[in-house]
Amino acid sequence: MEILITLIKIVGTLVWFLTLTLYLTWVERKESAVIQDRIGANRASILGIRAFGLFQPLADAVKMIFKQDFVPAFSDRILHSLAPFLSFFFVAVTITAVPFGDSLRIAGRTVALQVIDGSAGLIFILAMLSMGIYGILLGGWASRNRYSLLGGMRGAAQLISYEVALGFSLVGLVMVFPSLRLSDIVAFQGGLLFGFLPRWGVFLQPLGFALFFIAALAETKRVPFDLPEGESEIIGFFTEYGGLKWGLFMMTDFMEIIVMSALMTTLYFGGWQVPWLGPGGFHFPWGGEWPLPRGAVVALQVASFNIKVVFGCWLQILIRWTYPRLRYDQLMDLGWKILVPLGFANIGLTAVLIGVLS
Amino acid sequence: MTVKDGARFAIEVLRGGLITARHFAVNMARHSLRAIGIRTRRTGAVTIQYPEARKQVPSRHRSLHRLLTRPDGRPRCVACMLCLTVCPSECISVEADEDPDPEIQKTPIRFEIDLSRCCFCGFCVEACPEDAIRMDTGILEWGRLGRDDLRIEIWPGPGPGRKI
Repeated sequence: MEILITLIKIVGTLVWFLTLTLYLTWVERKESAVIQDRIGANRASILGIRAFGLFQPLADAVKMIFKQDFVPAFSDRILHSLAPFLSFFFVAVTITAVPFGDSLRIAGRTVALQVIDGSAGLIFILAMLSMGIYGILLGGWASRNRYSLLGGMRGAAQLISYEVALGFSLVGLVMVFPSLRLSDIVAFQGGLLFGFLPRWGVFLQPLGFALFFIAALAETKRVPFDLPEGESEIIGFFTEYGGLKWGLFMMTDFMEIIVMSALMTTLYFGGWQVPWLGPGGFHFPWGGEWPLPRGAVVALQVASFNIKVVFGCWLQILIRWTYPRLRYDQLMDLGWKILVPLGFANIGLTAVLIGVLS
Repeated sequence: MTVKDGARFAIEVLRGGLITARHFAVNMARHSLRAIGIRTRRTGAVTIQYPEARKQVPSRHRSLHRLLTRPDGRPRCVACMLCLTVCPSECISVEADEDPDPEIQKTPIRFEIDLSRCCFCGFCVEACPEDAIRMDTGILEWGRLGRDDLRIEIWPGPGPGRKI
């Protein structure tokens, strides 16, 4: 029974994740179009129904599946085929640690809306995200193409640098929160600060949030930080890929956006918490109460989580369509000379504040 | 980079983000209002959905050539070859014949334009002493699969398989 529940949770989470990934490509196209006063992809139709181009991701998927699976003769065949799958796997596996909502009670059983509630969930996600580097490096290496290799090296250097900044930005948060278990972190954020403000990470760690957000943007390796790929002019690490394998690399990018927004939501925006919503309903700080049944509360929490994640994706796409790419030295300067020292400052500040306040 | 420069840089970065966010909000509001049937002063996008909707072609545009006719239906063209002479792309070919009217003397029996060479400068229209050729048909779509299909016979008219 436990195994069945876990299987259902895994399948449900993956379906949620992949559907969101698929439609994030649509969101990306449409959002960029709206920003640039265009309309965007709207021609893909089924039986003449266009539905704002909602079938575009399906058309793209069909196109990619039926493309030739091209492997260059000079490449390292096994590693070349392995790279996109590694890249995809390590991102896909991170979503298992993200809590989608409070626990449900079905037929006397308590079912947590989270696949793995590990005691080091945060570390697990960070570890898996840094493993994603292997996909990039192998993709560049196994192509046996010098430009691809350089792209992979750029990617590795960037990801390692920003991994450091990301880690330091999270240390302050770890000091504030009681645990590394993501469900505990979310539960902790259900409390109130000064009696009215939700105790979300973004209010406890504003500087840490800014650092985390910039480092997370660099980790997704999209436009202001897209040196590994550089699709518009420089040659990236997946030049020698085509069809579905290239599609896997692209999907990995979109999945990283979702994972980063889910992580941001979980750590800084209260996860599935709705402000002032407790297990029994709303308790407003000005004294009002609005009791709600358990099912409604859980539905609200899951909706809250989804809205926050979608907003995070929207924001990241907005950023991708606003800023020009950083030069390589600027990228390294931002990572090592600004984010890492500020991360240290944040740790010190947090330590002093905790010491003073306790 | 000093701290002051950094702060200024950060502010400009945020302002840039707000500009795109404003574009998104304004255009999205226009799209949404129009989707529920409320007219807005401007549309959310400048796109013209081409095959279904077409832009108004300006009155002074230059499009596919045509030969004007006299009241009796014969072409005004007297096959003087001035257009052929002035044409910088050498895309016009005219086959002349004797006209039964001694006042006119010559008439084209075939007037052909190679659209793969024509640069739409309009010199032929300028040069024509009889005001016989004009470029005002409004026909702008002549995608063809082969070069030979782009040799358009505008007199006596598009032949079989050369539909315009």
